[in-house]
Amino acid sequence: MMDQILFYFFGGLAVLSAVLVVTSRSAIYSAIFLITTLLATAGLYLTLRAEFLFAVQIILYVGGIMVLFAFVIMLVNLDVALHQAQFNRQRWVATLLGLVLGAQLLLAFLLGHRDGANRDLLNLPSVAVTQLEPNTQLIGDVLFNKYVIPFEIASILLLVALVGAVVMGKKRI
Amino acid sequence: MIPTSHYLILSLLLFTIGVIGVVTRRNVVIILMSIELILNAVNINLVAFSRHLGSIDGQAFAIFIITDAAAEAAVGLGIIIAYFRNRQTLLADEMDLLRW
Repeated sequence: MMDQILFYFFGGLAVLSAVLVVTSRSAIYSAIFLITTLLATAGLYLTLRAEFLFAVQIILYVGGIMVLFAFVIMLVNLDVALHQAQFNRQRWVATLLGLVLGAQLLLAFLLGHRDGANRDLLNLPSVAVTQLEPNTQLIGDVLFNKYVIPFEIASILLLVALVGAVVMGKKRI
Repeated sequence: MIPTSHYLILSLLLFTIGVIGVVTRRNVVIILMSIELILNAVNINLVAFSRHLGSIDGQAFAIFIITDAAAEAAVGLGIIIAYFRNRQTLLADEMDLLRW
């Protein structure tokens, strides 16, 4: 019961603020609603018993990426930008096509994968909480044993991103 | 317990909202934010299946995706700042230097 209350609270919050991210006129409001969505997603990770990802989500997304977004919005803040149209000319067609994409994904859920008992993805049986404890230790174990090469590639990717961000921030480019 | 399908539907909603944001907004910063929404939807999916299948691999993948999101945000925002310094605009449909 408590699980369901938490799920619907966080899920509703995430969807509502995601809609506000896309529809609000000012970029800084969008950023604040995006923070709300990310925090609600962190809450959803807790309902899924993924405590490490909960902490990573808050520290990395809300503490790191969103601060970056807020800085950039303040650096490039333009008063004229608020008086311009915020949506494309093709917005209605684009929205319609986006909804069609969502409907296609839903159709894929219904028709795509079948498990042994011929159930589609939306009728998967609910499972009991599995023994993914201790969460952090298991993730570290799998990151440094099974996925050690992707882990190293990710570190190279971060190095490239670091150099790229510094080069892009240079005065003359 | 909440069935896994609820998480799938939630992730589908967030993904669709993110896609609509990418294709309808003009401000490049908000387009980047919509991409973050899409990546988050994928993460929810991965973690939900990690619990459903009783395997930790999905959560490890989610960590890789968060790494990618951080790298993408850093480089993307750097490009936005460099572009803004040169052209004084942030609107995606005015970035048409390469248009033939």
